[in-house]
Amino acid sequence: MIRRAPRTLAEHSPILFPALMLVVFFVIPFSLMIAVSVFRRVPGGFYEPDFVFSNYERFLTTFFGGVMSFSLGLAALVAAMSVGIAFPFTYRLVRLPRVNQIRWLVFLLSILSLSEVIIGFAWSTLLSRTAGITNLFVALGLMSEPMALSPSFGALLAGLVYQAFPYTVLVLYPSLARFDPNLVEAARTLGASPLKSFLTVVVPGQRNTIVATTIMVFVFALGSYLLPQLLGKPQHWTLSVLITDQAIYQANMPFAAAMAVFLVLVSLALVGLALLAGRKEEAA
Amino acid sequence: MNETTGKQGLSGNKGNHGVSRRAVLAGAGTVAAVAAIGFPNIVRAQSKTLKVGVYGGYFKESFEKHIFPDFSKASGITVEPVAEPTGEAWLVQLEQAARARQAPADVSMMSQVAMLKGMSAELWAPYDMSKLPNAAKVMPHLINKYPDGKVSGIGAVSWYITLVTNTKAYPQAPDSWAALWDPANKDKLGLLALVSNSFLLEVTAATFFGGTKHLDTEQGQLDCFKKLAELKNNVKLWYRDEAQFEAALKSGEIPMGQYYHDVTGLAAADGNPVRSTFPKEGGINDSGSWAISRASKAGDLAHVFVDYMCQPQVQALLSRKVGTAPTIDRKLTDLTDKEFAAVSSDIPPIIPRYDLYQAKSDWLNQKWTEMIVG
Repeated sequence: MIRRAPRTLAEHSPILFPALMLVVFFVIPFSLMIAVSVFRRVPGGFYEPDFVFSNYERFLTTFFGGVMSFSLGLAALVAAMSVGIAFPFTYRLVRLPRVNQIRWLVFLLSILSLSEVIIGFAWSTLLSRTAGITNLFVALGLMSEPMALSPSFGALLAGLVYQAFPYTVLVLYPSLARFDPNLVEAARTLGASPLKSFLTVVVPGQRNTIVATTIMVFVFALGSYLLPQLLGKPQHWTLSVLITDQAIYQANMPFAAAMAVFLVLVSLALVGLALLAGRKEEAA
Repeated sequence: MNETTGKQGLSGNKGNHGVSRRAVLAGAGTVAAVAAIGFPNIVRAQSKTLKVGVYGGYFKESFEKHIFPDFSKASGITVEPVAEPTGEAWLVQLEQAARARQAPADVSMMSQVAMLKGMSAELWAPYDMSKLPNAAKVMPHLINKYPDGKVSGIGAVSWYITLVTNTKAYPQAPDSWAALWDPANKDKLGLLALVSNSFLLEVTAATFFGGTKHLDTEQGQLDCFKKLAELKNNVKLWYRDEAQFEAALKSGEIPMGQYYHDVTGLAAADGNPVRSTFPKEGGINDSGSWAISRASKAGDLAHVFVDYMCQPQVQALLSRKVGTAPTIDRKLTDLTDKEFAAVSSDIPPIIPRYDLYQAKSDWLNQKWTEMIVG
């Protein structure tokens, strides 16, 4: 193990491979996207290399501003809900006997194998008027007649949280599994209730994990474009849906690229702000 | 193109229903015999291959099964099918390849907007109509022409989008597109989500403004947008995924909307409570054209192929086996009334204003998105 900073090429070599991958699969595609975003759209045709900002100008309207804020708000809500549910869940999970933990993890992994299309269709059926859950409520006498719950904002939120939940648990799991149970025991011995010890010992102790997981789920939800189409009304379409429309159906690559660049920049800025806020709090 | 995506999307459904249920009346043998007489030059074409681009999925499978083998037998030309991707990706690939004097496919099935865009780049080699005796039968609105009158595309397949209803929710079939605007149908409609594949501007113009000519001016287009905005409350689902709407239509979850005529007919024949109605204003008639890349070196063979495809027997075979509407007058074919009704109608169709989607696509798209999202 080298304790000092690496100096020679050989010492740097372990990082070369990931660096190369980052360049090939992120830096180059993203640069291409930035380049295309300033190309000139040829109406009724394709695009030509150029250096214009008209694609960005078209984006800077209240209409796209509204779609953008909705997308960010939705992603934030999904992130908050997923982590809010998954954190206590994982906290309980890591305390189960090994066999039960494995069963739960296999179950969660199997949810991950479902495609977004299947999840969307399943939820739209579950929330439909003709075959959905409201029929059960009617049978139980809770409702007078079945109603459609999808497409709606609630349906979209449910679908997205369902999809993000297994990821969230799997990201939280290692950190929570390593968390020292003695700390909670100490708090309990000193008279804290289980809830109080969870909120004042476990949650603050896992703050960095929680922030990192929230950011991951936020970015994950921001990119979703299929579920909003299947479970949402047009006013619930995210910016990713409109980017898909432009790229695939309108063949307007420059505008699609401009929107995508903008989305990446705004989400990077938000992630940066979140990290900055976290650091300040720590310093205080 | 969107319409491409549409037909590909529904391909899965069609496959499930088994198109073979449609009886073949004119056997493949008849076609081969007639075609062989029609092509005395087949010896010359021996051992030659033609790359034919067709929409991937359902169309490619159907053509490989029902069309290409007979054509090869009749002409001696081997067909190398090329699956075209959806969207305008294929147009982009053809154009870029043509700049390098390559042709990934000699002749391709292209959507109408893609045809127009290709024409603006002079991507399509003009046809020599003297080599296409059978193309004279193709309906005029399915022939694409350059401004100087040269023919750039010949109708390959056409299909209809009509007014569809769930028969349990609507015992009485609606007879006009105006039903989409009826306040009684609040929250009951499923409509296509894009301006360029729903063709609802044309439907609005034909239903309320005396025809698609009303879309000639910007004021006319705005009139139609304004009228269209009135039906927003009736729409439960703006769909991009055909399967989602088809399932909802069958179950009655979304009991009315616009959908493909032939697929709805197949679903009804399978016992689902659905029906397709040609409204009195006409069904929407969308189509694909055969176009030859200017980089192709097999232009002669492509002419032989396109001429073969325009024959009445082949058009009838397409209607029976693939579910497309004939591109020629039905009287020239031996389709029975029932077979014809399964794919088309005698009511004059609403023909989409493809020119608008080329000239004003960005503006129309923006207005449309603002209308349905806002």
